[in-house]
Amino acid sequence: MTTATMEGTEPRRLSQVGFKAIVRALLKHKLSRVGLVIIVLLFSMAIFAPVLAPYHPNEQDLYSVLQGPTKKHWLGTDNVGRDLLSRVIYGARLSMSVGVVATAFSATIGVIVGLIAGYKGGWIDQIIMRITDTFMVIPGLVFVLVMASALGPGIKNVVIAIILFTWPGFARIIRGQVLSVRELPYVEAARASGSSGLRIMFKHLLPNSLAPVIVASALSLGAAVGIEAGAAFLGVGVQPPTASWGKALRTGYSYLERVPLFSIAPGLLITAAVLSFTLVGDGLRDALDPRLRGEGKKIK
Amino acid sequence: MKPLLEVKNLHTHFLTDDGLVKAVGGISYDLHEGETLGLVGESGCGKSVSALSILRLIPNPPGKVVEGEVFFEGRDLMKVSEDEIREVRGNKIAMIFQEPMTSLNPVLTIGYQIAEPLTLHKGLSKEESWKEAGELLTKVQIPEAAARLRAYPHLFSGGMRQRVMIAMGLGCNPKLIIADEPTTALDVTIQAQLLELMKGLTRDFGTALIIITHNLGVVARYADRVNVMYAGRIVEKGSAKEIYGDPRHPYTIGLMASVPRLDMDVKKKLIPIEGQPPDLLHIPAGCAFRPRCNYAVEKCQEVIPELTTLADKHEVACWVDVRRN
Repeated sequence: MTTATMEGTEPRRLSQVGFKAIVRALLKHKLSRVGLVIIVLLFSMAIFAPVLAPYHPNEQDLYSVLQGPTKKHWLGTDNVGRDLLSRVIYGARLSMSVGVVATAFSATIGVIVGLIAGYKGGWIDQIIMRITDTFMVIPGLVFVLVMASALGPGIKNVVIAIILFTWPGFARIIRGQVLSVRELPYVEAARASGSSGLRIMFKHLLPNSLAPVIVASALSLGAAVGIEAGAAFLGVGVQPPTASWGKALRTGYSYLERVPLFSIAPGLLITAAVLSFTLVGDGLRDALDPRLRGEGKKIK
Repeated sequence: MKPLLEVKNLHTHFLTDDGLVKAVGGISYDLHEGETLGLVGESGCGKSVSALSILRLIPNPPGKVVEGEVFFEGRDLMKVSEDEIREVRGNKIAMIFQEPMTSLNPVLTIGYQIAEPLTLHKGLSKEESWKEAGELLTKVQIPEAAARLRAYPHLFSGGMRQRVMIAMGLGCNPKLIIADEPTTALDVTIQAQLLELMKGLTRDFGTALIIITHNLGVVARYADRVNVMYAGRIVEKGSAKEIYGDPRHPYTIGLMASVPRLDMDVKKKLIPIEGQPPDLLHIPAGCAFRPRCNYAVEKCQEVIPELTTLADKHEVACWVDVRRN
C-alpha cells in the first residue's frame, strides 16, 4: 500500500475521519460522557461478576438475614440471607444481556424488514407497514404480560416479547430513510451499472440509512433493560433464584422500612442503566448529525 | 454496416395524478459503432427519459415504455429478461449521470465503486479489479491514483468525481456510453477538460457515445450527429454540420438564434423563442411546436408532421419549407 501524499492530504488516514469524529463528538458531549462511563461500568460489572462479587449470588448466610450494611456484607443481605452486593452485581449480567440480545435481534429483524418495505414499495410496503402498526399499538409491558400468560413466565419469553414490540420501530425508521436514499442519483447509477436488487439494498441503501438506527439501538437498549426489570418486578420475568434487579426491587419493597437498601440499590442501578443508555443515544444523535457535531472552532 | 443501436418508435409514458404524460412520443434513430450522437432539447423534452428507457431504467410505477423496440447488438432490449438487461447495464452500455456530487455513494471508497462493475461483469477477483480501478483512475488523469482509491467521495471535487464517474463508465469497455448532461454541474473550464477527456477516451476505445445536453456548444464541438428533440419527439436530425449550418426546423432555428455566437455582432440582441415550453399533459393536436412557431400554417394544427428526409441523413419534421419564407 503506497502512502503517497499530495497537497498535504493522506487519503487513507482521512478516510477514517468519520468514525473518529463521531467518537470525539460523543466524548465532547458532557452528558453522554457520563452515560458512557456508567455503561462501561455496568458492562464490566456484568462481565467480571464472578471476580467482583464477594459471594456467590445464591449463597445464603442464614445467621444474617435482612441486615443493613456491615463489614461482611457491604450492602446488607436480603430476606433469605444472600449478599445484596453480589446479587446486584450478578443482576447486571441479566439486565445487560437481555438488553443486548433483545436489541440485536429486534434491530436486525427491523432493519431487514424495513429495508425490504422501503426498497420494494407498493403493496409489499403497505402490508409490512400495517403489520408494524398492529405491533406498535400494543404497549410494551402489556405485550410482556400477554406473552407471559400465553407462553408462561420466564426470561426467554420476556426477551421474545421485547423483540416483538421493538422491531417495528426499527423497521419504520429504516423504511423512512430508505425512501429518501433510494431516490438519490448514486442508487440510480448503481442500477445503471448492472447491480442487482439485493446488492443495491445491502451495499447502497443500508449503509446510508443506518445512522438513525444506531441512535435507536442505544435508546432501545435502555428500554429493554427497563422492560426486563418491570417484568421481573411483576413476577413474569426471570424466575428465582436468578439474580435480577427488578426481582430484588420487588422483594425489597416489602421490607422497605427495615432494610431500605434492599430495594434502593437495584432501583438506582435500573435508573442508572436506562438513563445512561438514553444519554448516550442522545449524544449519538448529535454526533451523527454533522451540523450538530460542532466540528472546528467558533471564530471569536 | 449494421448499426450498434437501433431505436424504433420508442414511446415512454408516465401515469401521474394529473393524467398521462407522454414523455417520449415515438422516437427512432440509430447509432453506429464509435459514433457520437448529441441529443439536444430544452428541459423536459424527453432527452433523459428516452436514454433511461433504452436501459429499462424507468421506474414503474409511474413510468413505462409502452411501445417500441431498441435493438442493441441484434437483441431487442425491451424484450430480454431482467437478468439479461442487467448484464448489459454497465457492461455493454454504461451511463454517466448529470450530478457528480451525488452520483457516488458517500460510504464506499472510490476504489470500491470503480471496482464493483468490474467484479460484477468481468468476473475479476478483488485484487485484480482493484488494480484495474487504479489504472482507470490514471486514465481519467487523477494523480496519485493508487492512493486515492482508498479515499471517499467527499474528499473529491466535483470535477474529480465526474472523472471517477467516467472511469466507472469505461471500466468494462462498453460499446456505448450514455452521458446524461455530463458537465452541467461543473464550471466551464472543467467542462471543457472533461469533454476532451471523454472524447479522447471513447475514440481510443472505439466506444459510441450519446451526449444528452442542452448546451449547443458542446454538441457542435463533440457530436458527429445531432437529434433535436421537442415535446418527446425528434423534430430534426442530421450531422452536426447540417444542424448548425443549415437548420430546417423552426425550433432548431430558434435555438440557434437564442445562443450567442463568436462570429455575431456583439450589439445584436439574442432572439428568444417566444411562449412557454410545452405542457406534456396537454400536447396540442398537430405539431407540438405550433403555438410558438413563426412559420405555422393551418395544416400544423391538424396533423403531426413526420420526419422527412431532405438530404443524405438530414431529416426534419415540419410541414413548412422554412427556406422559402
